[in-house]
Amino acid sequence: MATLERARAKAAPPHPRGDGSRRPFWTARRRDQLAGYLFIAPQLLGSVLFVLIPLALVFWYSFHEWNVLAGSFRGVGADNYRALADDPKLPGVLRATAFFSVGLVVLNLGLALALAVLLNQKLRGSIVFRTLFFSPVVVSLVAWTIVWGFLLQKNGGINAGLDLVGVDGPNWLRGETSSMISVIVVQVFKNVGLNMVLFLAALQGVPRELYEAATVDGAGPWRRFLRITVPLISPTILLTSIITVVGSLQVFAQIAVLTQGGPGNSTTVLVYYLYQQAFEFHHFGYGATLSVLLFLIVLVLTVVQWQMRKKWVFHES
Amino acid sequence: MSHKLPRRVRLVLYGVLLVLLVPFVFPTWWMVTSSLKPASEIFAFPPSLWPENPGFGAYERVFDLQPFAQQYWNSMYIAVVVTIGTLAVSSMAGYAFARIRFRGQNALFLVVLTGLLIPSEVTIVPLFQMFNDWGMTDTHWPLVLVPVLGAPSVLATFIMRQFFITLPAELEEAARMDGLGRFAIYWRIALPLARPALAAVGIFTFLHSWNLYLEPIVYLSTPEKFTLPQALTQFTDAYGGPMWDVQLAAASLTALPVLAVFVFAQRQFVEGLAHTGLK
Repeated sequence: MATLERARAKAAPPHPRGDGSRRPFWTARRRDQLAGYLFIAPQLLGSVLFVLIPLALVFWYSFHEWNVLAGSFRGVGADNYRALADDPKLPGVLRATAFFSVGLVVLNLGLALALAVLLNQKLRGSIVFRTLFFSPVVVSLVAWTIVWGFLLQKNGGINAGLDLVGVDGPNWLRGETSSMISVIVVQVFKNVGLNMVLFLAALQGVPRELYEAATVDGAGPWRRFLRITVPLISPTILLTSIITVVGSLQVFAQIAVLTQGGPGNSTTVLVYYLYQQAFEFHHFGYGATLSVLLFLIVLVLTVVQWQMRKKWVFHES
Repeated sequence: MSHKLPRRVRLVLYGVLLVLLVPFVFPTWWMVTSSLKPASEIFAFPPSLWPENPGFGAYERVFDLQPFAQQYWNSMYIAVVVTIGTLAVSSMAGYAFARIRFRGQNALFLVVLTGLLIPSEVTIVPLFQMFNDWGMTDTHWPLVLVPVLGAPSVLATFIMRQFFITLPAELEEAARMDGLGRFAIYWRIALPLARPALAAVGIFTFLHSWNLYLEPIVYLSTPEKFTLPQALTQFTDAYGGPMWDVQLAAASLTALPVLAVFVFAQRQFVEGLAHTGLK
């Protein structure tokens, strides 16, 4: 075989390219590189056009006074940031944002974990329960909010139910604290199913033998939960808490439909305030300044949580 | 553990679960039954769990007061286009980041990932201005282009990448021996294997688009162009108060089809989410 081939090579005419040093430009390797760039092109261009450029513009706009109705656009240096520091409404807005986020994250993660633990027991029909707890996730957000708004009316379903057991319910959406609690609760029931499912998947990955060994060693259920379950599912706790914290800062539709930021400004969270300033009062420059603030808050919270993983997330690899 | 829970513990567990279910299930029940009640019964005391004189009057008014069929179509086609577009964009980008080696790959991946850190609310002001400059306000373009190419699809790309990274390399090598190019490997080998991940991403992309509220009310001003979430809040009386029966009828029409699909495909919804790199 080998001799045959050598003979053929000898017989073949000299290579047309002569020197033989130039290989074809489109090698398999180059073609693969090109494919890589083409595959990511839409996502990359989209990220630049619809994420990075707008983010840069937000910073740029925040140094301008821009009233869309009056058609005025002029550089004002750091005036918007001074206005931000002096804004009498801002402390209330930040307090409402913190109240909402803390309430939502604590209730959501706590309830999600509790439901996941309950559903992780050997129980017939737990898939039916799982489906029902998850079902609000697929109900349109505004539809869900509307029916809760209806239930929370002074003469609505919740107070009617309370009345039947002899309790006089408040006008939920008209009290400063009760309206905020209402918005939080409506949102928790809407989306807790997502975190519940993530926790459930994590719980099913905890080896049963660990519990059995701990039981033999005399650990009670609470101790087993704190010493085995929590450390082993801590990566999921981290992930869900990042998703939930960032999600809590994005709440808008529920506020717009249920309370319009009221009563007073008690439920005016940052995104809702941003919307009002930019799209109701047409202060685009100040709206952009509030966007910068929102961005910084999200960034700081995410970085802090990511750093915390080193401390308490088990088996970080 | 093969042994079952004691009977008493089981009964207590069922009791607790049933009580906890009330706030998850009752609102949907109340939405549908109340939408069938005449206006006189809707705030009746004691409340009726089952409508005494059911009727579809509120449903007729839904279509009289708003171009609701058009709005339904808008939401539906936007969500379908966004879902297909996102699946195409994110599966290609996710595949390339996971399986193709090219120069600058890691840096470009980081550029794309910044989208995860930037909620779309942060960029709504400049995005509005951009689409305004392009003459695209009061059109559906922003509701399609931003989700398919911008921040929302970045999460999809990330999930797809996490999935494709787990595929065994031998599959691709075998395909190369057979002379398949990159696109053919992606299309004929990788994508069919990624069906669970695609299902999960598709479902959540659809729901995200279906639920969008801030963007439609910022971009759209003509009722014929409204999407469903925006349309639901338009059923108000002369004083701006909600017409509850009509709102609840419209809300039921919005929620029930998706709920029905969910009941049939709950396994894909729930388990797809749990096992798609989000762990």
